[in-house]
Amino acid sequence: MPEASAPNGQFEAAAFEPKIVAFFCNWCTYLAADLAGTSRLRYAPNVRVVRVMCSGRVDPQFVLEAFAQGADGVLIGGCHPGDCHYQEGNYKALRRYHLLRRMLEQMGVEPERFRLEWISASEGERLRAVVNDMVEQVRALGPLNNRPAPQLLEEAVVP
Amino acid sequence: MKPKVAFYWCASCGGCEEAVVDLAEKVLDVTAAVDIVFWPVALDFKRKDVEAMPDGSIAAAFINGAIRTSEQEEMAHLLRRKAQVVIAFGACAQTGGVPGLANLYDRASVLAAAYRESPSTANAEGVLPQTHYPVNGEALELPVFHERVRALEQVIPVDYSIPGCPPTPKLLADAVAALLTGRLPERGAVLAPDKALCEECPRRDSKPEKLAIQQFKRPHEALIETDTCLLAQGLLCLGPATRGGCEARCIQGNMPCTGCFGATSRVRDFGAKALSAIASLTGSNDEAEILRILENIPDPAGTFYRYSLPVAPLPARRAPAAQ
Repeated sequence: MPEASAPNGQFEAAAFEPKIVAFFCNWCTYLAADLAGTSRLRYAPNVRVVRVMCSGRVDPQFVLEAFAQGADGVLIGGCHPGDCHYQEGNYKALRRYHLLRRMLEQMGVEPERFRLEWISASEGERLRAVVNDMVEQVRALGPLNNRPAPQLLEEAVVP
Repeated sequence: MKPKVAFYWCASCGGCEEAVVDLAEKVLDVTAAVDIVFWPVALDFKRKDVEAMPDGSIAAAFINGAIRTSEQEEMAHLLRRKAQVVIAFGACAQTGGVPGLANLYDRASVLAAAYRESPSTANAEGVLPQTHYPVNGEALELPVFHERVRALEQVIPVDYSIPGCPPTPKLLADAVAALLTGRLPERGAVLAPDKALCEECPRRDSKPEKLAIQQFKRPHEALIETDTCLLAQGLLCLGPATRGGCEARCIQGNMPCTGCFGATSRVRDFGAKALSAIASLTGSNDEAEILRILENIPDPAGTFYRYSLPVAPLPARRAPAAQ
């Protein structure tokens, strides 16, 4: 909805395309993305997928680094509870997710920018829906814009 | 001639100075071996005395505290010029420390909280610190208060760091000994062991193979047993994620580790890694139950970034998006 994102006529707002970094687990969500592809389901091209062996492999450092390096949103996709290829990996992801999400809020990163979803290998349609929904939510929030405060640079003391 | 050593403090509480004093009688060995040419907290040398020294004439400068003001930044640059080796001394200089948590707020709210809103402040006109102020025909100058807190290495090149809030006297004595004998490790090294605190913890044997915490407790909410792993008792101890070398002093005082020694060399970001380590120990697979258990960690940023926010991937609360 380009017209909805540019009500104030700002060029930057109209041109904003969110960048979403997605960590998909090898056994479920990545296969769902494959299925969406082979089923020719169309979904927003804003997602950069990183395949990991398990959602439990997603270190919170990866998430912070993604935000620090320009991601406007981070999506983690794993197997449904009980379906983890490694038994417990997705539960670990779930525990970390809830604490990290709260910490991100303290850093001024809105909770909508960070999402954990269970998507099995057969749920290509669900993958499409989740990605599209997240892209629209992040688009509405605008860029994450995490640059150093300009005042710091102005005040820098030349030795 | 004895090698010259300087100590300086920036945004800090004075605890790192205390670590020097805590050398106790060993301080005599230190002063026998080196000349202390600058130490504002204890000796009456002035900035102009340092400025008058030839560049590179100080063997080592131990700088503690984070960098918040223009004065601290100028002093860091000055000491960098005069010293051959600069050592970030203590958590604040190394990674920003407790003052670094102010990066969760912008400059205006920090000044407002300190000078206008705090209940003990009497400031009816709402005056804030000014960088220039005329008094009796003279112009007084105060340092600029920067937007953010930075670690020392974000301001000047740092050769070594000594972790801790504060560092232990032993680490300081070891560093001075290494300096005197020229047995310093590779530049950039942290002058402390590179293994997790759990490995040197006196309660190590009581740590269960698999921890599943049902309730996180804060120290005042528990009767803490003195011989059992603190995590096993539900206390939020950051030992698994924190560098050792502190002689487990807090643990010996029956208090959980708060992470002041920072990360080991294998970790990029202490806060995220510590959060990961602790969250993984939540003893449930049920989402509602997980949320209930994690509720007892009310301030994740303050807990996991207590000493290292300015060097984190997201080093401050982000500015609100421009409207």
